Amino acid sequence: MPAQYNLVNRLNEDSRMILTTVDRALNLARANSVWYLLMGLACCSIELMQTGGPRADIDRFGSLFRATPRQSDLMIVAGTVSLKMAPRLKRLYEQMADPKYVIAMGSCANCGGLFNLSYSIVKGVDKILPVDVYLPGCPPRPEALTEALIKIQEKIKNERYLRKKE
Amino acid sequence: MKISDLIALLKERLRDVIVGIEEMPNNDVMLEIKRHDLLPVLTTLKKDKELGFISFTNQLGVDYGDSFAVIYNLYSFALGNKLTVKVFLEKDNPEVDSVERLFRGANWFERETYDLLGIRFKGHGNLERLLLPSDWEGYPLRKDYVYPEEYHGMALKRKTLFEE
Repeated sequence: MPAQYNLVNRLNEDSRMILTTVDRALNLARANSVWYLLMGLACCSIELMQTGGPRADIDRFGSLFRATPRQSDLMIVAGTVSLKMAPRLKRLYEQMADPKYVIAMGSCANCGGLFNLSYSIVKGVDKILPVDVYLPGCPPRPEALTEALIKIQEKIKNERYLRKKE
Repeated sequence: MKISDLIALLKERLRDVIVGIEEMPNNDVMLEIKRHDLLPVLTTLKKDKELGFISFTNQLGVDYGDSFAVIYNLYSFALGNKLTVKVFLEKDNPEVDSVERLFRGANWFERETYDLLGIRFKGHGNLERLLLPSDWEGYPLRKDYVYPEEYHGMALKRKTLFEE
């Protein structure tokens, strides 16, 4: 391979230094490997699967599912949360390692949606978890979920994780 | 089998216990019986060679306000007929024999009916809530059910735009 096509070599020749902050470098790494928890609660999870599939393909943004909360950075609450499921959901969230993010996907996770007047549904997952991005739709399209993921990435990139809070 | 023939056959087999029998729309027959006759009648319907209602299609409970009812939907492959068996229960003490021993599939149907309407099934092996959390209070599909305000610290109401 000719030297000009090799990125590392070219960096070494033309510009031997990259200036950045540790925060920024870390954030760039974190934002481009947001692994989400393999969890679906209702029909929104079908769209979640589509989003991971070849057409929308959020693998392009470095996201893929992990089947355990301990390796996940992002919880996508895809669907209706019943009161019986709520403690389990909270337990899964607590098992995720910090820093962790939550997308409330679809009307049900936002506010109870269609089941707002029922007796057994949590009226919005923000009653039990801190939510970073609310994604409307019933269900949202894969493009919308991709947009929500990009919003999460923007949020991660703007964090100053290593600085002390003032 | 024609509906009129089926009604005649049922009248002959269950002469003493029928409270009411009538033709229903959609090729169905409604058979009403008393509470304590339920198990013997369903046993006859299932075990009788000619009737052969061996398929337990559905089971549901109804709250009529002043009484409860439990409804069993059966199907006979031998006759190609549907049958609906209906039992009325008192409001104060809604209890009926479990048919779980007869139709194994009735297990979860009865648990669901117990869960949502509070109808107890005598002789059921594991009569616990099926859908709702086990520490839930009350039976949500009863007409006089009052919605709780919160459950384990989770508020069950969310203000809509119109309420603010």
